[in-house]
Amino acid sequence: MTFMNAEPTVPADPKAAAQATATVPLQLNNVSHAYGDHIVLQDLSFQLRQGQIGCLLGPSGCGKTTVLRCVAGFERLRQGEIWLAGQRVSSPDFHAPPEQRRIGVVFQDYALFPHLTVADNVGFGLHRLNRRARAARVAELLQTVGLEHSAALYPHQLSGGQQQRVALARALAPRPDLLLLDEPFSNLDVDLRERLGLEVREILKSQHATALLITHDQHEAFAIADEIGIMMAGRIQQWDTPYHLYHQPANRFVADFVGQGVLVEGQVLNSRWVEIELGALSGDIPSECAQGCASCGRGCSVEVLLRPDDVVHDDGSPLRAEVIHKAFRGADILYTLRLPSGQRVLSLAPSHHNHALGEPIGIRLEADHVVAFRKDRDEVSNAKAR
Amino acid sequence: MSPEAAASAMGPETAWRPSPAAWLSGWRLATFVIAALILTPIGIVFSAFLSPASDVWNHLVATTLPRLLINTFWLVLGVGAGAVLLGVTLAWLTAVCEFPGRRIFSWALLLPLAIPAYVTAFVVVSLFDFTGPVQTWLRSVLPPAWFWFPPVRGRLGVTLVMVLAFYPYVYLLARNAFMSQGRRTLEAAQSLGLNRVQGFFRVTLPMARPWIASGAMLALMETLADFGTVAVFNYDTFTTAIYKAWFGLFSLPAASQLASLLVLIAFVLLLGEQRSRSRRRFAETRPGAPTDRIQLQGLHRWLAFSLAALVLFAGFLLPLGQLLFWAAALVAQEFDERYLEFLWHSLFLSATAALLTGATALMLAYASRLHQDAATRLAVRIATLGYALPGAVLAVGIFIPVLWLDTWLTGLARRLVDLEAGLLLQDTLAAMLIAYVARFLAVGHGPIDSAMHRITRSIDEAARSLGVSGAAMLRRIHIPMLRGGLLTALALVFVDVMKEMPITLMMRPFGWETLAVRIFELTSEGEWERAALPAVTLVAAGLIPIILLLRPTEQDREG
Repeated sequence: MTFMNAEPTVPADPKAAAQATATVPLQLNNVSHAYGDHIVLQDLSFQLRQGQIGCLLGPSGCGKTTVLRCVAGFERLRQGEIWLAGQRVSSPDFHAPPEQRRIGVVFQDYALFPHLTVADNVGFGLHRLNRRARAARVAELLQTVGLEHSAALYPHQLSGGQQQRVALARALAPRPDLLLLDEPFSNLDVDLRERLGLEVREILKSQHATALLITHDQHEAFAIADEIGIMMAGRIQQWDTPYHLYHQPANRFVADFVGQGVLVEGQVLNSRWVEIELGALSGDIPSECAQGCASCGRGCSVEVLLRPDDVVHDDGSPLRAEVIHKAFRGADILYTLRLPSGQRVLSLAPSHHNHALGEPIGIRLEADHVVAFRKDRDEVSNAKAR
Repeated sequence: MSPEAAASAMGPETAWRPSPAAWLSGWRLATFVIAALILTPIGIVFSAFLSPASDVWNHLVATTLPRLLINTFWLVLGVGAGAVLLGVTLAWLTAVCEFPGRRIFSWALLLPLAIPAYVTAFVVVSLFDFTGPVQTWLRSVLPPAWFWFPPVRGRLGVTLVMVLAFYPYVYLLARNAFMSQGRRTLEAAQSLGLNRVQGFFRVTLPMARPWIASGAMLALMETLADFGTVAVFNYDTFTTAIYKAWFGLFSLPAASQLASLLVLIAFVLLLGEQRSRSRRRFAETRPGAPTDRIQLQGLHRWLAFSLAALVLFAGFLLPLGQLLFWAAALVAQEFDERYLEFLWHSLFLSATAALLTGATALMLAYASRLHQDAATRLAVRIATLGYALPGAVLAVGIFIPVLWLDTWLTGLARRLVDLEAGLLLQDTLAAMLIAYVARFLAVGHGPIDSAMHRITRSIDEAARSLGVSGAAMLRRIHIPMLRGGLLTALALVFVDVMKEMPITLMMRPFGWETLAVRIFELTSEGEWERAALPAVTLVAAGLIPIILLLRPTEQDREG
């Protein structure tokens, strides 16, 4: 274990840093990475607590897979450092090889060994155990993932979902300090994806595993993760719980990427209130806007995020908006409405409130708290992880 | 930019390097050496034009060359047209239609590949020549005025034999194309108003064109490289002319000048083959639902059956039956110690060449796995071009530098230690084995490389994340996953070397005879019956790759 004795050179006070990270399964400090001139990761920092399931969520090409590969040790770092279970494993001048990091990886293509049976795949990483201990651990895991009757089969004899479970069992078998999951459900049917997502969460929790999930699918992220980092252009835009990501997005990009919604124009009334076409709302006002600005004397113009559930259909309401598009979704209908000013909003209505295109329908606001963004500023790239 | 940064500048794919840096230059160097092995003989045969034209060459240009060119032209044209017509027709019938016996024919029509063309050739000549049983019988039953028979030892005979021997290349590839097209594209054509016949000509056939072209190019490469068949028919082409210039006129320069012309023709074919291969990538479709077959009706059913049966009979059953008949009659007399010696020579050469080729191919596969830079890719491509080079060309192009090296070595020995040594390399198997490796490297490289591609980057990474790397990874992952491809490669090269004739004939040490050489000697004496026993042995070996080929075909049928 050579890397255990390697003296960290970067932190000013290595002992303090080591103590701070001793119980943290994964910590990234100011990690940057680039392929040539193409910058992939910029100044990335986050950490996971013991037993926590974290997730990096972002569109393809945002660098999330590179984070996983850096943590696993498949890529070397340009800047910053990565700590695993209190050990510094990556920095620009030090790199512990993947096989010494005590991590488990579930690959996007599962990467099962085609020449080995299910049981041998799961037992592959247990070469330090004796035969009996290995067999016991394999049996335990196969039972956990519900494949105890498939032990003697080969990977090609399994369905996609079963292969996925074998990959998970194989990665969990050596009891890794950290489990990495790279888009683990992207090769599966949508139905199966949702079911397996919940199942995987239960398995991870039952094994008390700390895990980092990489995905571009927010439903998957919401179903599995405790906390999610929204990634864009090599940076984490916001690291938060699913609830906060949806209701208190840190910037326009997060607001746009997570869930559905539209930005409508508003005027800041004071530090707590903002007025939009549909009425006044309390909300998160950017502090500099709340101070009032020189040009208008009142508050600034801002953009207010309205989710579909903030705008409620109410036949009795005097506020009217014209239906310009509707999407029937079974239990409810998602209307796209045009306000008198021409602005568009989304509204979720119960399924039996079926209105025709072009029909004006009554709506009212039902939002106790909204988020406003300054209009003339692009703060997407400057947001910090919380 | 540091080397690290330079490597990673090419993106994540190229930046991936699973092995210690010390190995890198080694793999790459090996690839370049192997590529040089292919380029050297080509350079050598062309360099023959640098030396002043010999009398022999002038004589050849005046007397033989025009005939060689005309013969080659007609042969290539005839075999190309025949193989495409026969191969595509049979492929379409077995892949898309339903007629009696289709299931059996679909694999049985590959069987002619097991019989070397020169074996079919001597059986056909013995049966249909003037003194053969067919003409003798016809003369006895027909009035002399009515009797007419086409000259067997002419253009028609040699072309027909080669079509029967080489159509399976077209058949195999065209059939794969038809099967993999599935039903969707044809249904799309039908939905746009085409009937099935129009659909075949406007959709199915054009989509399969790159595969058909590839098959045709492979068949023509075999045609150009062929030595034994044209020798049986006394139909002079470049390969036999090279042999005669070397062993009849004792002029290596003239032989290599002829060889260089042959290389030029082979290059044209190679370009065509590479082009169609790259087009295949664009035309590739996912196999859709299994085709619902066209049920041939009435007369058509039996026409299809008759065509398939006739081809199978003429290309496989007839020659094999005749060989078995002859071999059975003579086995007591021919199966002696000398025969065992030929057999041993053949087996030994084939096994050694297979192992050498397998090792070389493995090296190439690892090199291209570790390095994805342009230089390595190019070197791997060059190294696997030998299949396009006729054996006669390689024999000349490798023998000449070996001769130089030998002369230099003996001179050196004489000067240094005052030793009067004979020629060291020329009379050994080494030069011959090098030529085999050069010729059959592509055959061995294919299955090994595709096995290597199954060991994806994430497989390696999965092993490493589970704490397994280095030698343990080689033992637990790479070797087991490569085993199948490696065995296939060894079997294919083994059989190819066993059937190989020109390289063996021209480069073997004096008196070192193999089954193929024995067949050449006996057939040039017209002793057909006695050539049957070694021929049957070769056919038995030739069935191995057919069995290997048939495995995916079985899966196709289930799927």
